[in-house]
Amino acid sequence: MSEKDTGSVNEVLIKYYGGAERVAKIVDEEVPYPDGKLIVSRTDPQGIITHVNQAFVDMSAYTREELVGANHNILRHPDMPAVAFKGLWDTVENGEKWQGYVKNLRKDGKYYWVKATVIPNIRQGKLVGYTSVRRKPSRSKIRESEALYETLQ
Amino acid sequence: MPLNFTVSPDFAPDHMSGWFYFNTWLQRNLGTDIHLELYDSFDAQREAIKAGQVDLIYANPYDASMLVREMGFKAVARPAGRKDEAVIVVPAQSSAEAVEDLQAGVRLATTDDPDVHTIGMIMLEPADLDASNISQKDYDTYILVAKALLRGEADVGFFLKQGFDELSDLIKNQMRVLVSSQISVVHHALLVGPQMQDRMAELKGLVTQMHNDEKGVGVLESMGIKEFEPMTMEQTEFMIDLIDTLTI
Repeated sequence: MSEKDTGSVNEVLIKYYGGAERVAKIVDEEVPYPDGKLIVSRTDPQGIITHVNQAFVDMSAYTREELVGANHNILRHPDMPAVAFKGLWDTVENGEKWQGYVKNLRKDGKYYWVKATVIPNIRQGKLVGYTSVRRKPSRSKIRESEALYETLQ
Repeated sequence: MPLNFTVSPDFAPDHMSGWFYFNTWLQRNLGTDIHLELYDSFDAQREAIKAGQVDLIYANPYDASMLVREMGFKAVARPAGRKDEAVIVVPAQSSAEAVEDLQAGVRLATTDDPDVHTIGMIMLEPADLDASNISQKDYDTYILVAKALLRGEADVGFFLKQGFDELSDLIKNQMRVLVSSQISVVHHALLVGPQMQDRMAELKGLVTQMHNDEKGVGVLESMGIKEFEPMTMEQTEFMIDLIDTLTI
């Protein structure tokens, strides 16, 4: 748990790109990233989850069945500015790797920070999806990202 | 002209003879001449690959990327249940209790094993450590990494988990594991180059069944491998994609 966490519980309307929206429970409590693990997922070109590893399931608090077939934005925390994800999609749709720090939302409303890398999966010259791999970020990078994202909201 | 076979230089020294037995077993079962060449370093092996001197390789996952995507190699099989994981180790008396306790300027002992080094560096990131603010020295073997730690010449060392586990208790007891990777999907693979791909189906059938063969079992045992399981192109591509994300 971060020193700044209050443990407060709120209901927040999250609006996704494309018009979809949902009301999510947001709990101001961080779940620490597990040492030594990588959280791995794959999506199709539209961002629908096709594969998750056990670390992904454990940290998201969803079941594997709930995750596979869902849009990857199921993890989107309202503290993340839309412009950060626009940068991600613009980069990977251009065939390049994207790397950044992301605050993710769990099913139980708590959050966890990751250093995420997303790469396009190219097979025989065609884009078949994306692989996203998250690793443990440093506290200093989390503080920098929090400060930056507050200015982008 | 015999086909050329090589093994990633990070194999355990105890298993060196096993790879020669495997080569003999392969030649007998494929009915063709195969020359096994073992290289002292990853760099020397990569030069041979780029010069077209390798047709079959038991490859380190890091090199698999270059072999498959640049040199046209294809995966045949992987060792069942054997994953490449790394550990970060400190001397037993170190004051560091977690990676986050390590400070800029820390002295790292590592090897030229590319996947262990890459995974190790990723596990240092939570402490804001990278190549720019640590002092790194490369050693030829994990035994030498351990010696550097025990002599006080290094503060922290990277090991292949299996390499660390195989050290004697006397040495291991003077060190402490700070963090252990749990990646699960990174592993070595048997890959065939373009000149040998006409024998690929036959080779895959042979190696993935060798655990059912009396002589094959003995050969596998001498290499420290339980059995080979088939590896598909997509499994290979997935592993390469994953490794690609770790190298930036």
